[in-house]
Amino acid sequence: MKSDRSLQALIPLLLLLAVLLPAAGWGISVPDSIILNKNGALYDQISFDHARHIRVTKECSDCHHHTTGTLVEDPNCIRCHRNSGPSQTVSCRGCHTPDPFSAKSLRDKDHAPKTYHLDKPGLKGAMHQSCVGCHTKSKKGPTTCTGCHPRSAAGDAFYNTGEYAPKPKAGKSGH
Amino acid sequence: MKRRDFLKVCLAGGAAATFGGACGTARAGGSFEGYPDGMGVLVDTTRCIGCRSCEAACNKEQKMPEPKKPFDDMSVFNQPRRTDETALTVVNRYEVKESSRGQMYRKQQCNHCNEPACLTSCFVNAYTKTREGAVIYNGDICVGCRNCMIACPFNIPGYSYSSAFNPLVKKCIFCYDTRLKYGKPPACVDICPQEALTFGHRKDLIKTAHERIRETPDRYYDHVYGEKEVGGTGWLYISSVSPDQLAMDTSLGNEPIISNVKEFLGTVPMVLSIWPALFSGIHLLATRNKDHHDNDTSTHTPGQEDGTP
Repeated sequence: MKSDRSLQALIPLLLLLAVLLPAAGWGISVPDSIILNKNGALYDQISFDHARHIRVTKECSDCHHHTTGTLVEDPNCIRCHRNSGPSQTVSCRGCHTPDPFSAKSLRDKDHAPKTYHLDKPGLKGAMHQSCVGCHTKSKKGPTTCTGCHPRSAAGDAFYNTGEYAPKPKAGKSGH
Repeated sequence: MKRRDFLKVCLAGGAAATFGGACGTARAGGSFEGYPDGMGVLVDTTRCIGCRSCEAACNKEQKMPEPKKPFDDMSVFNQPRRTDETALTVVNRYEVKESSRGQMYRKQQCNHCNEPACLTSCFVNAYTKTREGAVIYNGDICVGCRNCMIACPFNIPGYSYSSAFNPLVKKCIFCYDTRLKYGKPPACVDICPQEALTFGHRKDLIKTAHERIRETPDRYYDHVYGEKEVGGTGWLYISSVSPDQLAMDTSLGNEPIISNVKEFLGTVPMVLSIWPALFSGIHLLATRNKDHHDNDTSTHTPGQEDGTP
């Protein structure tokens, strides 16, 4: 009896969790923050505020396509994924490869002519298209490179900027 | 008589070279659609955000000189730029009325034509179209005539005017030496954050381009620039607006540049080799009697006079 009551008390909490964390049912924890650009050389790694983006977006599908099982609005995706349930793979890197143009990736593509999503962007392309696209469209959030990730010293050298900026040539001044 | 034999040999040799050569060129022109495994890049201008990362990557990969302005300085977009000896690729900004964004960017570099006009125009064969699809350039044999700069329909090759002793033609070589020949994408494709540049087999990229247009017709203008232009190019462009709005020349036609000059060039060996021999022969024939007369003057003059009634 006692245990029944405590279970009943848990139900609203579980419902709340189910609403907030749709992937929880699949044993996948929804992270509050995600470290991005771990191996980046030109830009520092950043902590992506996942919790905040969950609050400000309408549906998980705004970023995660159909993988979380929430409604997909893209008319193109609806053609096949109207009734698609949640998938095992939810993370970006689960589908989008970090090296889309390597010889191996191109060979894999050649050997899978029946795959529908052949024109799938790589991890970097997918994330930038998603982030910059949404930030530009909604006119909220940063759209410049350093707006999201600070440039490293190596990056400054690469882009000839900051302390590596081209110096005005002596002798060419005046006149 | 020895001189006449020499001229006969010249005439025969010249004719053989001309007709043999003419048949050879006739077969080569007009129908080459690129190597079957040739690589290319699909430039999707709807994805480009004008970050200039490709310019920075190219600068480092090709060991180009330090730029005048930092690569994160967007004031360079205030005036259109072209590729030159210091920059093998440049991104330009275009004001576009139709686009919701108002501004669009387009990266430009060598388009790596299937039948390159630069290669056609080069009389020392400094250019090579490689099996991988790159149009590469050998500075060691270049004589600096700059015909390629005039021939290129896209105004791409630059010239190192600043070098007094060893000026070279400078153009994008698809990172052939350092990447493409090892099966790797060029540096600009590698760095592009938006994946506005898609690297792959040219034949696959054409399918990809048409598929993107078919799937999202609202996003694209229905044309793949470079699929057919000047006989096809390794680099292809799709956009949300017509190509002319991004300063892409729509008057080039689909024939390779070589087709425009093939007939004329066929006559060049004839002019150079047949004409001297032919006209020398005519001259010799025309002056034959005179020669005979001159030669005979010393020995047979009396005989000739005898024969005269």
